[in-house]
Amino acid sequence: MTIAVERTLPIPAEEHGPTGLLKWITSTDHKVIGKSYTITAFVFFCLAGLMAMLMRTQLASPDNNIVSLHLYNELFTMHGSLMLYLFAGPFAFGGLANYIVPLQIGAPDMAFPRLNALSYWLYAFGGLIMISGFLTTGGAADFGWVSYAPLSSATNTPGAGPDMWIVALVLTGFSAIFTGVNICATVFYLRAPGLTMFRLPIFTWNMLVTGILILIAFPVLTAALVMLWCDRHIGSHIFSVAGGGVPVLWQNLFWFFGHPEVYILALPYFGMVTDILAVFSRKPVFGYRGMVFATMSIAALSTSVWAHHMFTTGTVLLPFFSLMSYLIAVPTGIKFFNWIGTLWRGSIVFETPMLFAVGFLIVFLFGGVTGIILASPPLDFATHDTYFVVAHFHEVLFGSAVFGGFAGLYYWYPKMTGRMLRNDLGKASFWFMFVGFWLTFVPQYWLGLAGMPRRIAEYSPLSGWTLLNRISTSGAYLLFIAVFLMLVNFLLSFLKPVPAGDNPWDAHTLEWATSSPPPHHNFYWIPPVRSERPLWDHNHPEHTTIHSHMPANSVRAATSTVHSGPGVHPDHGSRSDFRGEDGDE
Amino acid sequence: MISRLKDRVAPAVTRRRLLAGVGALALAGVLSGCNVTFGATKGVTTQAHEEFRLWYGMAIAGIAVAVFVWLLIFWSIFRYRRRDDHIPKQTQEHVPLEITYTVIPILMVIVIFVFTVIVENFVDSNPTPSGAVVNVTAYQWGWIFQYAHANGVTVRTAEKAGPTLLPRSYFAKRYPTLTLPVGETSRIYLRSADVVHGFYVHSFNFDRYAQPGVTNVFSFTPTTTGWFPAQCTQYCGLYHSEMLFNVHIVTDAQYTTWLKNAELHPQSLTGATSQPTRPGPQ
Amino acid sequence: MKVEAYVLIFVGAFFAVVCGIYWFLSYETSGTLMLLGTCFLGFVPGGYYYWWSRRMKPRPEDDPQAKREDGEGVVGAFPGSSVWPFVLGVSAASVGLSLVFGFWTAIVGFVVAASAVMGVIRESRRGGLI
Repeated sequence: MTIAVERTLPIPAEEHGPTGLLKWITSTDHKVIGKSYTITAFVFFCLAGLMAMLMRTQLASPDNNIVSLHLYNELFTMHGSLMLYLFAGPFAFGGLANYIVPLQIGAPDMAFPRLNALSYWLYAFGGLIMISGFLTTGGAADFGWVSYAPLSSATNTPGAGPDMWIVALVLTGFSAIFTGVNICATVFYLRAPGLTMFRLPIFTWNMLVTGILILIAFPVLTAALVMLWCDRHIGSHIFSVAGGGVPVLWQNLFWFFGHPEVYILALPYFGMVTDILAVFSRKPVFGYRGMVFATMSIAALSTSVWAHHMFTTGTVLLPFFSLMSYLIAVPTGIKFFNWIGTLWRGSIVFETPMLFAVGFLIVFLFGGVTGIILASPPLDFATHDTYFVVAHFHEVLFGSAVFGGFAGLYYWYPKMTGRMLRNDLGKASFWFMFVGFWLTFVPQYWLGLAGMPRRIAEYSPLSGWTLLNRISTSGAYLLFIAVFLMLVNFLLSFLKPVPAGDNPWDAHTLEWATSSPPPHHNFYWIPPVRSERPLWDHNHPEHTTIHSHMPANSVRAATSTVHSGPGVHPDHGSRSDFRGEDGDE
Repeated sequence: MISRLKDRVAPAVTRRRLLAGVGALALAGVLSGCNVTFGATKGVTTQAHEEFRLWYGMAIAGIAVAVFVWLLIFWSIFRYRRRDDHIPKQTQEHVPLEITYTVIPILMVIVIFVFTVIVENFVDSNPTPSGAVVNVTAYQWGWIFQYAHANGVTVRTAEKAGPTLLPRSYFAKRYPTLTLPVGETSRIYLRSADVVHGFYVHSFNFDRYAQPGVTNVFSFTPTTTGWFPAQCTQYCGLYHSEMLFNVHIVTDAQYTTWLKNAELHPQSLTGATSQPTRPGPQ
Repeated sequence: MKVEAYVLIFVGAFFAVVCGIYWFLSYETSGTLMLLGTCFLGFVPGGYYYWWSRRMKPRPEDDPQAKREDGEGVVGAFPGSSVWPFVLGVSAASVGLSLVFGFWTAIVGFVVAASAVMGVIRESRRGGLI
């Protein structure tokens, strides 16, 4: 059934849909889909984390025999694939963004609710197909998450597992594209009155840019995967030398997707952290416009640096890609100083989300600096495919997706469930994670500089890598404890619920203006939007943002609250955006 | 007003800057005196030395930037913790400051880019070889070193990679050795017989892909004799972690003798050496 | 609508420049073509939005001084709960699996997909609003 929806609900609205399991299957509500996404992504995160534990245990001793070579290769392939394709991205743009973006812009739902549901189901089935590769006789895919041709050809890695990996990625790729379209359309068309583009919360801005990046990157991956499938099954020889193909083309295609993907994984978390830092410092985001332009520049540059993953192929233009990669440091630096500017002279309180957000700042900085080192071709020659690279990308991806993601989860969990998470457990989880993180990944920098290649299942006792590997493994166990504490925290919030209230953090943006959790179609009331912090302006009218161009008391201008009457507008069903259009056609 | 203020504080600032500069230089001197390498190896080829120098500069710059930003973060989170319920000034922008921290990183990027290009051109310069010219072929899972202009002297991995998880030293004689003369520039032509492999010699600070359909050409000028471990770094299938080889840098005379011997007894070269793979430079 | 258009036009313009530089520095085809595609990906919708933004009156969400009353009325038509996205997902998965395990699952998949598409269409018509 299709329902005509107004922006604010006239009466407490109830969803007249099915309940129970059927609700989770049939709902087109962005909140239900967002929750499904979050839970599914978290499950994949835990699975991939367990795989990492196995791998770290294997590497704790030289010539270890805990997993076989073949299983180890499957494990690191699936660890990477699950974390990158099924956790970090979908957790951000499918889970939190799906839930939060419509709320932040005062919309009743995503622009295309059924497409949204379809994209969740494509993602869920894709994930299931990928993980069930372990059940096939040949095992799961074992060519690394980058699946370089010709290692991924039918002769080198035969079997159903790799094919399932390909199909799974095509499905999740489409799911990501649909979500990208949905986010862009939602932000472009469903904003509340007065919420101009330059009043969007930074998280929504970053999600919009992420949506555009998804549209740039994922089609290339899907196309490349189709080519790979054709190579494997109908003998098209696109990537095989024997048939006149070019193997390095795969690397070009893959990294043209792969590098924007890294920022698809990072930008949403940048956005979450920005909003969280501002809320818990009781200040507006410092350098709002700079932040937006920095996000756009990072996204644009990230699409023109793909071959810095290919410096050692000897087939790419080194100075061009090196310079473009260096340039990403500039907008990232702007973001960093803006984050510090937000903290500066604030009134900072360390609730759990803030702790994770500051942890993100500290961690990501180091990953960023080592990223600059890797952007230099001569230094990449010295460290390429060693643990230095492993440490670098774990530092940035773990830093953003886990520290940033957990910050976002702790921050929005009250909104999504109406319950608070416990602060003491959250803080304990943070400290385990923070210490475990440094213990795990800093030794890996040294291992890389000592020459340990990535993706090796065993190393010689004579190599001198044992001690550092042991430290790294012990750190990984601390990370395991941190995630376990987090799960306990979720469980406790269900066993002993502490009601959250509408706005537990004194936050700034529209999602906190509705109830927790929000009603079906979201809003009974929307405060007037006069800046990028409508709710703050409403709650603290005497402390509005210091703007040169804002009329002093415009904030209190609009006062009407609930739009009365269920009356359907005469032109219901048509796009309200085009109501003002000239009828000159 | 501002200019007068500047005049008054200028000497102090200059002095402080001078002190900071001297301090940084002294620190760099102490670090290099104590052989601080930030974990990297200085390497045993001229190319590796250049890379190490670049690494050294960038590591210092990177740590300086990181420490600076970390201090700013720590200062703000400790200094501005919430002590009472007051609401701070709602500052949102400071355009000159924002421009400053846009321009400074751009300048830094330009500087490191210039140094990067200089080192990169040196490493990739490929001068005329005066030592060995070796055709290296990587395959699943081993190496073939075929010496050009030397009557087909070929060193190769002895057997197919076998059962794993035995002490690496036990297998050491299975790994082939690439013998190169010290002080001479040797050139490598790198190819792959099947999938993508990584030719990585840690002490050379150098990694290059061996790719099907591509011949990569590069040169080394070793400066130290000794045995050096090396390994495939690009994941290439089941026995990737066993695809090791050694590099043996010898004097010119030793190299000539070795080559002559090898020409006479080609069969002796399979599974070349009894040296273990992993004690580093001697 | 203008800012939205400019964002996308920025994407197009940036990649037009990068694409040109990249081609003349490298003469590498795959990267150049992908950059060119990205350039169009910015210009086509960006141009369309720009064209619209000149033809329509500013929407309340583009007006910094808009009152809440300006946004009154129906925002859009939103579907209620629907089982068809799930069914479509199942069919896509089974069509996908046919690429791994043989073509019989594709037949099932296409039949289910057809029913799902019909279901979605019927559902929308029954609502009578679109």
